[in-house]
Amino acid sequence: MKKTELMHVYYLMRLARGFETRAAEQYMKGRIGGFCHLYSGEEAVAIGAMWHLRKDDAVIGSYRDHAYYLIRGGDPRKAMAELFGHEDGCCKGKGGSMHLFDPALNFFGGYAIVAGECPIAVGLAKAVQLKKEDRVVLCFFGDGATNQGVYHEALNMASLYKLPVVWVCENNYYAIGTSVPRASARESMAQKAKAYGMPVYVVDGMDFFKMQSVAERAIAAARAGGGPSFIEAKCYRYRGHSMSDPATYRSKEEVEYWKSRDPIPSLKKAVQNDFEVGEEEFAAVDARVTQVLDEAVRFAEAGHELPPESRIDDIYAE
Amino acid sequence: MPKITYREAINQALFEEMHRDPAIIVFGEDVALYEGSFKVTRGLMKEFGPERVFDTPISEAAIVGMATGAALGGLRPAAELMTVNFALVAMDQILNHLAVMRYMFGGQVALPVTIRMPGGGGHQLGAQHSHSLEVHFVHTPGLKVLYPATPVDAKGLLKAALRENNPVIFLEHEGLYNLEGEVPGEMEPAQIGRAAVLRAGADATIIGYGAMTHVALEAARTLESLGLDAEVIDLRSLRPWDKPTVMQSVARTHHAIVVEESPPVCGIAAEVAVNIYENVFDQLDAPVERVSGADAPMPYAKNLEQACIPHAEDVVAAVRKSLGR
Repeated sequence: MKKTELMHVYYLMRLARGFETRAAEQYMKGRIGGFCHLYSGEEAVAIGAMWHLRKDDAVIGSYRDHAYYLIRGGDPRKAMAELFGHEDGCCKGKGGSMHLFDPALNFFGGYAIVAGECPIAVGLAKAVQLKKEDRVVLCFFGDGATNQGVYHEALNMASLYKLPVVWVCENNYYAIGTSVPRASARESMAQKAKAYGMPVYVVDGMDFFKMQSVAERAIAAARAGGGPSFIEAKCYRYRGHSMSDPATYRSKEEVEYWKSRDPIPSLKKAVQNDFEVGEEEFAAVDARVTQVLDEAVRFAEAGHELPPESRIDDIYAE
Repeated sequence: MPKITYREAINQALFEEMHRDPAIIVFGEDVALYEGSFKVTRGLMKEFGPERVFDTPISEAAIVGMATGAALGGLRPAAELMTVNFALVAMDQILNHLAVMRYMFGGQVALPVTIRMPGGGGHQLGAQHSHSLEVHFVHTPGLKVLYPATPVDAKGLLKAALRENNPVIFLEHEGLYNLEGEVPGEMEPAQIGRAAVLRAGADATIIGYGAMTHVALEAARTLESLGLDAEVIDLRSLRPWDKPTVMQSVARTHHAIVVEESPPVCGIAAEVAVNIYENVFDQLDAPVERVSGADAPMPYAKNLEQACIPHAEDVVAAVRKSLGR
């Protein structure tokens, strides 16, 4: 990869991480209501998975969706305004943290029923297939989703119809407070997926390079008509399930272990291995991210909610 | 005008609309090769090919999810669920995804999805295959719900559903598939949200829908022989429903009787009744009468099942009670 590309990866990681830090701050200030699920720690998964996508490819995922939207090219101001519940949020404040969406970015949303997005990904891919396009649909979900019935229906159908789907399982080891071995008869998500007859990959989701390399193969196969692939990305969320979860079910040592494998310093190190990049160059990116996020918070602070009478708008199309 | 069955009318609507609009696709369990468990999709795969008309596994939730996704992807899916009973497996995808997505995403997307599903009782299929679940859909903002009673409406309303830019639950009654009626060859779509006055009358208004429309008509014929003149309204569209037509009729006849196959609690009849009270209370000469299915799961035994479904004599009795005659 070129230096400019790597610096962009670094920018996206900082942006995704920084957005979550700002979201947490605003949540604590009471400006963000409801549930707020942070992606901190898992950035390499989403950035790596999406790195080789084209703009016309489709992305869909779960409720831990801020990073998907931002990496897809979403406006951080519109994301923050959405979290505030404001009119100039990406969904006019009607969706909130869990339901970011922008069809212009081919980002088809965050969904808050576990595995609910999986059959919708199948439909998006079916449309691609019937229109004889070479677009790919990338679907994010967590380890918990693999225990839902509709998840298995969706995996079966994608394989049956040989649809261009890349399934990306973020195995962060916990479904809210229930660890994988306490909920799944098989600890390997890849092993469960294998039954549906598609290539499966297990990858270190804390490592951007490994992640993008595996995703590149899966995306290429889907684009070439080879059908779906399954990627199990082993990763970790630094925070609780949502802002209201203190995550007492995990040991300090466990959290510290994963933080020692943080994708941001390891990316920095990798960049410095291949290129002459001084600290000031990284610092410049950090400053740009700070500026973008300051602006996002300012934008959200300046906005307002829709008037109450608009509560019945947008239910039906013309 | 040619006479065809309710089943053939639905089939014609699919044929005509699929010819008109290449974005329409049809899928579901056994709809393609087997041509539908009720043979509603007969000939479709042959005509439009296995890409536009295809079979799915027994995966109702994913069938609906696939329809939603295909609509996001620019198609106009017309999915079939083998029966309305199986829609319960897909309720999360229907109520929690398809119905809410446009709103939840701030109006950025339209979802032109039609989900056809036959239902209703009367065939000794027991508690898990005889549901009338229209209330569950009607309760949900974001959906439109249609329930034709006649072949001509089956065709006209399905054509309307397939041109609609919103999710439509299209209910078909299994007991009506062989019902014959006059249906034009090429016809315009019906208007969603319009009831039909199937019989004009001066003494009382009987409001029904689906199979109960025919129970209401039969009751009206019996009442005629008793010298009572009942008006019969077929709602046709349950969400939205045609309040003006119902209110105008009740304001004129001063008596309202609502017939539904489903159980009475929080039902369609209750909703129609409360609207009558809210809008034309002063015009009523008697309380609104409800004739509903039994408040029980559907039994298997023929006599028990028949005792759970409203019949013309029940409607006649309700009209006479209302009129005091």
